[in-house]
Amino acid sequence: MFLKVAWLVVRKDLTVEVRSREILYTTVFFAVACVLVFAFALVKEGRPLEDAAAGIMWISVAFSGTLALGRTFERERHSETLRALMLAPASRPAIYVGKLLGIILLLLIVEAVLVPLIGLLFHAPIASRPFSLIGLLVAGSVGFSACGTLFAAMLVRARSRDVLLPILLYPITIPVIIAGVRGTAALFEPVPADDLAQMWLALLAFFDIVFVTLSLWTFEPLMTE
Amino acid sequence: MTFDFDQVAVRDVSRHYGRRRALSRVSLECRAGEVLGLLGPNGAGKSTLLSILATLLAPSAGEVRYGAKTATQAGPALRSRLGFLSHDLHLYPELTARENLVFFAKLYNLGRVDDRVAAALERASLTPRRDDMVSGFSRGMRQRLALERALLHDPRLLLLDEPFTGLDDASVDALVARLKELRAAERIVVVVTHDLDVAERLLDKVAVLKEGRLAAFDHAHGRIRENYRAHVAAGDRCS
Repeated sequence: MFLKVAWLVVRKDLTVEVRSREILYTTVFFAVACVLVFAFALVKEGRPLEDAAAGIMWISVAFSGTLALGRTFERERHSETLRALMLAPASRPAIYVGKLLGIILLLLIVEAVLVPLIGLLFHAPIASRPFSLIGLLVAGSVGFSACGTLFAAMLVRARSRDVLLPILLYPITIPVIIAGVRGTAALFEPVPADDLAQMWLALLAFFDIVFVTLSLWTFEPLMTE
Repeated sequence: MTFDFDQVAVRDVSRHYGRRRALSRVSLECRAGEVLGLLGPNGAGKSTLLSILATLLAPSAGEVRYGAKTATQAGPALRSRLGFLSHDLHLYPELTARENLVFFAKLYNLGRVDDRVAAALERASLTPRRDDMVSGFSRGMRQRLALERALLHDPRLLLLDEPFTGLDDASVDALVARLKELRAAERIVVVVTHDLDVAERLLDKVAVLKEGRLAAFDHAHGRIRENYRAHVAAGDRCS
């Protein structure tokens, strides 16, 4: 039943997004604009600033992820449908997992556009260790989204939610962003530092377990006002 | 995981938001087969009380009993016996009428989903529009659909927050008739409304709230308008 509810919520979110395409388009556009601005600032005469690519990639993921989180829950706030979800006798952690999977999927789509663009503009060797890079991106997206989904759901009825979300989210997810940046930078070295990248990936996996567990544990009490 | 009850009792319920008092020591009860109206001026605490009854809001003090159990004792099974229709309707505008109902039917883990949804669409007179997106519906159509969504799982307690707002006369009549059917079917219906004409046609019991306090709670006796004005204007307190 847990997985059935989570799947129902994911499928509903995907159906709504496929019809409106509002969040996907705005998030991808924002992420691309972010990378382009950094490229204009940090790439001089075709030569990018050393080690900039990894940082810019994760900054763009964090910024566009925050936008996606805000818009996703704004949609649930519009007709108070989040309250309808909370009223259902379904497991609330399952509803959280459904929302979380939707956000992760959206972030992965954004990253699929972002990574080749960064490879092109910053001459980053994105294809040198593709599986390790995908591992870092997935693990980073899970950690960021786990916290983000919890906070965005919690703030959905707050008046200053757009301001409060990044204020709460960025300090908590700093370890995820740092691990993502350092791990990606290790992979983007002229000779990829595989051991270092694996270490950062393991750390990201640890953060994921901690953040997802804490979120599942606290979602129900936090959603009862 | 079945749970049922034939009475809802609110006992000394208070709710504070920081230092602001939204509800103060409110006590009332309603039985199966009764329609209770929550009346009062804006900011009186009606919607707060409705949210507490719906288990969406925890009281700061006091308790609500559904039969013999509190919400904590009854657990998630209680939510399968509650139906809530708020002013915001709880529908996804990007989904069709049918998709909205199917989604919630599955979320409530109901059996015979197709049959239930078809019956609900029929009752809402929306069968010909079942595959249209809700964003294209009028307020009345959305209201009918939202009511059937709230009734899809056959709840014992139905909570309605200003359900008559924005409806034309025909839609109001249809909604009143539907609520009378539910009363006859031994449901407990709690309605927040400002519409005293409708209140006089529908309510069995009336609770008047003013500034978070219960100003009056009694059987309707067909004199709702005079009693409401007397209590709200004079600020009487019920004993």
